[in-house]
Amino acid sequence: MSRFKILALLPLAVALSGCNYVVLAPAGDIAAQQRDLVIISTVLMLLIVVPVMALTVLFAWRYRQSNTEARYEPEWDHSTSLELVIWSAPLLIIVCLGALTWMGTHLLDPYRALGRIHADRAVDQSKAPLEVDVVALDWKWLFIYPDYGIATVNDLAAPVDRPINFRITASSVMNSFYIPALAGQIYAMPGMETKLHAVVNHAGSYRGFSANYSGAGFSGMHFNFQGLDDKGFDAWIASAKSGGGSLGRAEYLQLEKPSQNEPVRRYGTVDSDLYRLILNMCVETGKMCQSEMMAIDAKGGLGHEGLNNTLPLAYDKYARRGTALGPEPTFVAGTCTPDAPQGKTTASITAPVDTAPLLGAGLKRPTFTPLKSSSFFLGQRPKSDS
Amino acid sequence: MSPDLLKLIFGRLTIESLPLHEPIVVGTFAVVATGGLVMLAGLTYFRLWGYLWSEWFTSVDHKRIGIMYMILGIVMLLRGFADALMMRLQQALAFGGSEGYLNSHHYDQVFTAHGVIMIFFVAMPLVTGLMNFVVPLQIGARDVSFPFLNNFSFWMTVGGAVLVMASLFIGEFARTGWLAYPPLSNIGYSPDVGVDYYIWGLQVAGVGTTLSGINLICTIVKLRCPGMTMMRMPVFTWTALCTNVLIVASFPVLTVVLALLSLDRYVGTNFFTNDFGGSPMMYVNLIWIWGHPEVYILVLPAFGIFSEVTSTFSGKRLFGYTSMVYATVVITILSYLVWLHHFFTMGSGASVNSFFGITTMIISIPTGAKMFNWLFTMYRGRIRFELPMMWTIAFMLTFVLGGMTGVLLAVPPADFVLHNSLFLIAHFHNVIIGGVVFGAFAGIGYWFPKAFGFKLDPFWGKLSFWFWVTGFYLAFMPLYVLGLMGVTRRLRVFDDPSLQIWFIVAGIGAFLVFLGILSMLMQFAVSFLRREQLKDVTGDPWDARTLEWATSSPPPDYNFAFTPVVHDNDAWWDMKKRGYQRPLTGFKPIHMPSSTGTGIILAGFATAMGFGLIWYIWWLAAASFIAMLAVGIGHTFNYHRDFDIPADDVIRAEDARTKLLAGAK
Repeated sequence: MSRFKILALLPLAVALSGCNYVVLAPAGDIAAQQRDLVIISTVLMLLIVVPVMALTVLFAWRYRQSNTEARYEPEWDHSTSLELVIWSAPLLIIVCLGALTWMGTHLLDPYRALGRIHADRAVDQSKAPLEVDVVALDWKWLFIYPDYGIATVNDLAAPVDRPINFRITASSVMNSFYIPALAGQIYAMPGMETKLHAVVNHAGSYRGFSANYSGAGFSGMHFNFQGLDDKGFDAWIASAKSGGGSLGRAEYLQLEKPSQNEPVRRYGTVDSDLYRLILNMCVETGKMCQSEMMAIDAKGGLGHEGLNNTLPLAYDKYARRGTALGPEPTFVAGTCTPDAPQGKTTASITAPVDTAPLLGAGLKRPTFTPLKSSSFFLGQRPKSDS
Repeated sequence: MSPDLLKLIFGRLTIESLPLHEPIVVGTFAVVATGGLVMLAGLTYFRLWGYLWSEWFTSVDHKRIGIMYMILGIVMLLRGFADALMMRLQQALAFGGSEGYLNSHHYDQVFTAHGVIMIFFVAMPLVTGLMNFVVPLQIGARDVSFPFLNNFSFWMTVGGAVLVMASLFIGEFARTGWLAYPPLSNIGYSPDVGVDYYIWGLQVAGVGTTLSGINLICTIVKLRCPGMTMMRMPVFTWTALCTNVLIVASFPVLTVVLALLSLDRYVGTNFFTNDFGGSPMMYVNLIWIWGHPEVYILVLPAFGIFSEVTSTFSGKRLFGYTSMVYATVVITILSYLVWLHHFFTMGSGASVNSFFGITTMIISIPTGAKMFNWLFTMYRGRIRFELPMMWTIAFMLTFVLGGMTGVLLAVPPADFVLHNSLFLIAHFHNVIIGGVVFGAFAGIGYWFPKAFGFKLDPFWGKLSFWFWVTGFYLAFMPLYVLGLMGVTRRLRVFDDPSLQIWFIVAGIGAFLVFLGILSMLMQFAVSFLRREQLKDVTGDPWDARTLEWATSSPPPDYNFAFTPVVHDNDAWWDMKKRGYQRPLTGFKPIHMPSSTGTGIILAGFATAMGFGLIWYIWWLAAASFIAMLAVGIGHTFNYHRDFDIPADDVIRAEDARTKLLAGAK
């Protein structure tokens, strides 16, 4: 390259150096391996892309109409050996890339527990990984540290070189939990749990955000992720603890209401059951948890009688969830009895012991006594004005 | 009037539904309304309504319908591109505490509308229009299999476009992103009319697309002229066949998934809700089972166009015709096996992700083979750099880049860091603009003289070309860079000031593309004014190879006075080589389908029904539905569906051509 061309590239280099290519220069081992795959795949593909681009320009130039020197063979339209090359060259690249993909995808599966914390360091088995439960709310992030009994909003910290196990869910709509410096993203979805295993190798402050559009407040749905040394992390936990404040079910229901550009908040204590309730969408008292529904369904379900076990929806994050032509919105009541028609609070419900299926040939349906209250029946309920 | 009565008449449509509080929308409305009034006044003044109605709107001629599709696509391109400019401007401004100039309510509609319009009402009409115009000519047919259905399909597409456009001024459009993922698009989180506009706009247009797919498959399978075996079909016809197979197989999935979503929204079912056993992920799967083939629905015809253009302007047979055909078929099949790569990050297991990643990569093999085939078609050719060929070269250089980043995104671990980022945005604009849009422009430049009898003006065309190409690179290369900085899509405001420069560059790129679009409109105007100088009297202005060039430009209503007989892939080239003599005598009356207004009337009622359903105006929806049934049944009693062009008219038209051809020599 001539000196002139290098000079021409200078402004570009200046422009590039001022930027933070976090995807190409991450701070966590998982993201670094993902970066490596990005680069290796690109180089592998350039092996074929560059010649194709060069040939395109070359042929376009060489066989231009005005160049009568070039050979012209209007009837030449087949060559078996060329065909072999043009099918096998991309095939070979894809074979290599496919192998790489298979290995990379399995090794970097976000559900897979870490095997190493750095290219040259294995996981220290004596240290337990840091557990963090992540909840995407409208439009902020809730982080629960079950081992420390604290919770934060829009503020995440982890000690350097200690594996982090994220469990991720959401309260209402889909988001994607993404800290580019730490590891690739994974969706946060209501009623579902995704997992991410990662580790941060360099202390520092990094940006985290939602990478999936989730509504009006989406742009402000970001947080700061800090990689701290052990001492710093302990201090961070301690300050959260001493800050006081507690996050129980009632506080959570307040918190989950839509709000934008939320400042950092910390809670010194947190309901230890809260994450499970959020995941099973039963933070509201009297609502049946999904895990219980699934347990009931696994035993054959309640049949048509199950339809009776719904109540009008009183609590709602938004103004209205009903439809123009459909029934009034309802929710599935927690397992209720005549003594406790509103259902027990879910916290006190234990998993059913008998796991034998309830329905099927020769088995009896569970007996069911409908409540007297007419409000339990679809259609007979007085319509509320919404 | 009592509120109840008002509600009965207008549903949830009230005076507050009009976005009078949004100055930008009001301004736009003023401009559009003025423009519309001027146009209506002009049409009335020049007494063009009768002409438009009888010669165009009710026409069942595949050529006119094709041209109307192209006009629809270009008009909607202006709307979709206006949205793009608004987004670029917002993102270039909203830094350092600035909120930009769009609030989230408006901005979120803009990016949703941009995606929906560009895919459904720009790319689809352009592609369908070209297929409609070219395929019957290429296979030596006089029209499509079901000419009335063709007219109906077109007007249903227009109906969908009308609904989407109406959302700009009456109510609002969806604020969900172009695929309207639930739970966000469900009634709980999007209770307004936006998503209903989305649903009914796409449902109405989707009927048109599916029917037009069926129509073109039948046409290609049943109406080929004698001698044109499957393996002698022009490559564009092959790609059209594969595309329409994809349409027929995938659009019903879209229809069903949107129907399920509307059940959730209208009657309170729980297919995609969070509660009551609903699964939003089911929606994501279903919509991408339609959505991925959709990508190939758009790009395969573009591949076909590039094949025709490369071979014509290289003055050479297409290299590797057979492998080109097989590559197309393989892509068609594989496009159904890759949908999950759109959501690797939703927690599928490693083996599932690997499977879909690798199937995605495999698609690049036949695509790569196609690329080489075009390359070796140029090899030892005599390349004329007319505008369609310039678009083709630009495509080849641009598309390989987009293909490469596409394969990169198919590697799941890479996708985990690039998914939903601006890198992804850059990638799919790279393949859709570099592939589909450049292809459509190449096709427009290539077949324009066939459609109108004069070539397009090269000066404004080249200007448009260079604006588009440089604009594209300036607009999207910065987005690749921003993606590597971890910047995600659909953000409205930013707080990292170092990013701003890249958005400004992208904005400048978008502005250059805007100049490219203006130049293109200018090109049409100038070409029309200079039509005498640009006239094509031969019917074969490019010295081309396939049958559409065997007839006059523009072709007569009946396309071919005698059905041609084909002996070679490049049928017209072969005829020219063998010294084909145009028959001058022996003309007979030609049996042709009659025009009918039923298509436009049916589509009008369908659109009204959609509008009624969107606004809960139940009487309107029910009345329109009944009217549709009545008109549909009424049409079955229309016995004036065909006529014969008298032999005298054919003789007159053919004699006129003989004179023209003699004059040309």
